[in-house]
Amino acid sequence: MGFDPVVLFFVFGLIAGLVKSELKLPPGLYDTLSIILLLAIGLHGGVELAEQASPALLGQTLAVLALGIALPLIAFPLLRMLRFPRVDAASIAAHYGSVSAGTFAVVIAYLLARDIMFESYMPLFVAVLEVPAIIVGILLAKGIRRDTDWKALSHEVFLGKSIMLLLGGLIIGVLAGKEAIAPLEPLYTSMFKPVLAFFLLEMGLIASRHLGSLRTTGPRLVAFALAFPLVGALAGALLGTALGLTVGGVTVLATLAASGSYIAVPAAMRLALPEANPALSLTASLGITFPFNILVGIPLYLSLAEWLAA
Amino acid sequence: MSMSTRTLLTLICEAALEPRLIKDLQRLGAPGWTLSDARGSGTRGVRSAGWDNDGNIRLEVVCGRERAEQIVHHLQERYYDDYAMICYLSDVEVLRPQKF
Repeated sequence: MGFDPVVLFFVFGLIAGLVKSELKLPPGLYDTLSIILLLAIGLHGGVELAEQASPALLGQTLAVLALGIALPLIAFPLLRMLRFPRVDAASIAAHYGSVSAGTFAVVIAYLLARDIMFESYMPLFVAVLEVPAIIVGILLAKGIRRDTDWKALSHEVFLGKSIMLLLGGLIIGVLAGKEAIAPLEPLYTSMFKPVLAFFLLEMGLIASRHLGSLRTTGPRLVAFALAFPLVGALAGALLGTALGLTVGGVTVLATLAASGSYIAVPAAMRLALPEANPALSLTASLGITFPFNILVGIPLYLSLAEWLAA
Repeated sequence: MSMSTRTLLTLICEAALEPRLIKDLQRLGAPGWTLSDARGSGTRGVRSAGWDNDGNIRLEVVCGRERAEQIVHHLQERYYDDYAMICYLSDVEVLRPQKF
């Protein structure tokens, strides 16, 4: 089979940005596309969840929550070893403990294109993984101090855009069920890939802008942004295997653990840890890790999952 | 036509601060404000507003001198160290001073 066109759209955006082309999508489009993607992912998960809910799911969810707490705790000492200041290390650790819904959409499309089965309630795990790392990151930076405005912050974190869309979609999907949702099905069947392609074009353009700041952030950041996804993927894949997920499910969990947030966490960190340098974490997660996962990581994590299953 | 002088406070800063600033303005008794998206470049680099995370906002408040200085003082104390933010005051002439 040829190159995945969705990935090619990303490469196209990346190149267009790097050669400083005039190409620019209207600002509202990025928001629109990400809203459609998140809702579609949530709906699909909800519909399937209604069909295969089981008590085992609760245990799995708790295990995934623990993974979300563990990932920043692994990342933080690594970053400190690379001699990042404490606050920056904590902020970057929070980004990598949390997840990228964009990367999730790509791995889902990748598996669907190859007819590889995966547990369809995975969107639930995306929502579960998004939050804990932010709290761990703040605690790593400041300890438990009174001057953190937890009320405003929890509003930002728990009612953030991506969580609301994912959970909203999930709940609508569960309540409506498969038959009633049929008219909306194109959202996650025939429409999903075209929307994802445009979304990735824009992501390519955005990523190329952040690549530019690499010169100022240095090789230590690059080393971390390339190495940590592999550590995270291994942790995610081992957990997925221990939970008895299918090969597809293990791949998705590995990809989630390997990905770094670039929407929810930067916004939360800006408010909670304003002294952390946002250029560092965004360059790492958007400029390096996101392209790495899309181009190299996902196929790699699938091989890892297959190897672990064998 | 009689015009009165009031102070225009213009604030340009990171979009992430918007909800907090609105709360602050309400608490400090700003009579009203106008908010718009902005982009530009400064000591913190280019802020292109290409997407959520790297946009600026421009916030304008017309009020009495004393209140404007109070707001500026608060902003400086609370945000100047850690956020990309500039703010300036200018005199403007208004038609209906009782509004401000």
